[in-house]
Amino acid sequence: MKEDKIKLMEVCGTHTMAIARAGIKKLLPSEIELISGPGCPVCVTSQADIDRAIEISRIDNVIITTFGDMMRVPGTKTSFEDMKRDGADIRVVYSPLDALTISEDNPQKRVVFMGVGFETTSPTVAATIIEARKRGLRNFFVLSNFKVLFPALEALAGSSKLKVDGFICPGHVSVVTGTIPYAKIASHYKKPCVITGFDEIDIVKGIKRLVEQIKSHRCTTEIEYRRAVTEDGNIEARRVLDSVFDVKDSHWRGLGMIKESGLKLKNKYRQFDAEKEFKVKLPKAILPKGCICGEVLQGIKGPRDCKLFGKVCTPRKPVGPCMVSSEGTCAAYYRYGE
Amino acid sequence: MCLAVPAKVKSIEKNMAVVDFGGVYKRISLGILSDVKQNDYVLVHAGFAIGKVKQKEAEDTLKVLKELKDVLKDERR
Ligand code: SF4
Repeated sequence: MKEDKIKLMEVCGTHTMAIARAGIKKLLPSEIELISGPGCPVCVTSQADIDRAIEISRIDNVIITTFGDMMRVPGTKTSFEDMKRDGADIRVVYSPLDALTISEDNPQKRVVFMGVGFETTSPTVAATIIEARKRGLRNFFVLSNFKVLFPALEALAGSSKLKVDGFICPGHVSVVTGTIPYAKIASHYKKPCVITGFDEIDIVKGIKRLVEQIKSHRCTTEIEYRRAVTEDGNIEARRVLDSVFDVKDSHWRGLGMIKESGLKLKNKYRQFDAEKEFKVKLPKAILPKGCICGEVLQGIKGPRDCKLFGKVCTPRKPVGPCMVSSEGTCAAYYRYGE
Repeated sequence: MCLAVPAKVKSIEKNMAVVDFGGVYKRISLGILSDVKQNDYVLVHAGFAIGKVKQKEAEDTLKVLKELKDVLKDERR
């Protein structure tokens, strides 16, 4: 008789990369199946949000700043990279604080930070906005495409299509959030959650603890990444975040509209809101033809189910965002031959 | 994207710190983690310290993999 598979989802793109790099799937007993989740911020950003940023980059005297992973993501008509080649001023920054320096150096221009990311990143941007106010900057704006991970995780936990047995939970999101937001996923949706780090040993130990929970019919949140994660998380970071942002409903590629899964600037900080500052007309969003990123992000299909994978779509010529971002599932599978 | 790298805090000045990534020094912000002392290890993401981190002990993946197989076996017995 065929063994029942244990299906575990690694939520975080950094885990997807680490698992592929270390070849962990080949090391695991055959009854354990790992599937990749939605934890690549660039990948889950909706086509309309990408298009909006690209349209803003067309405006004269605007400088766009963003993280490197964003550059090659295809919008409906074009990408940042192509826009830059055509003369748009688009700059990759390591930290959102770098965008403040650029604003100060270019007082005649309007500088927009195109922000994507989860709870790891959004507090750093909140702190940057507070700093911008302190410095009295009037030419700095943030395009807030930040996502809150937990509502999406709940959607996946409750999905009848997916049916995962447990979640390998993101270590660095949890450094900020702590364990409290996982409680509902473990208790209400009955899915064991183990927060783990990014070394091979961390991931394997996390998987072991998930399997132990599943075998003993327990559903709780455990921390395997004790050296960095505490139950309370980084309270100061969350306070900074909550002082600048409110939650809003947000559209995820593949997962659709999810309630309270995005962040918008509070009224008090709306002078920094790029969406309010720049009214642009968006093209009708068209997804890359043949790309199944949406299903890959939900874990219901793998990159190898995509006809374009490795043939038409490669990291050099990516068709969809999951092949662009270094943490995208398609890119990780391609690079490490999964 | 959620990559964060551990570094050792060398010096602190107001809400900035100089940290050491194994020989490479960088100035980072303490804007979302202010309770940091010299010689602490912190995780750095996008130019900010996001949390403290303890030094890890060396462990053996193969040993844990064997234990994992034992968990699965126990069940079948
Ligand atoms: S291989 Fe390319 S086209 Fe196919 S799902 Fe992945 S990113 Fe999309």
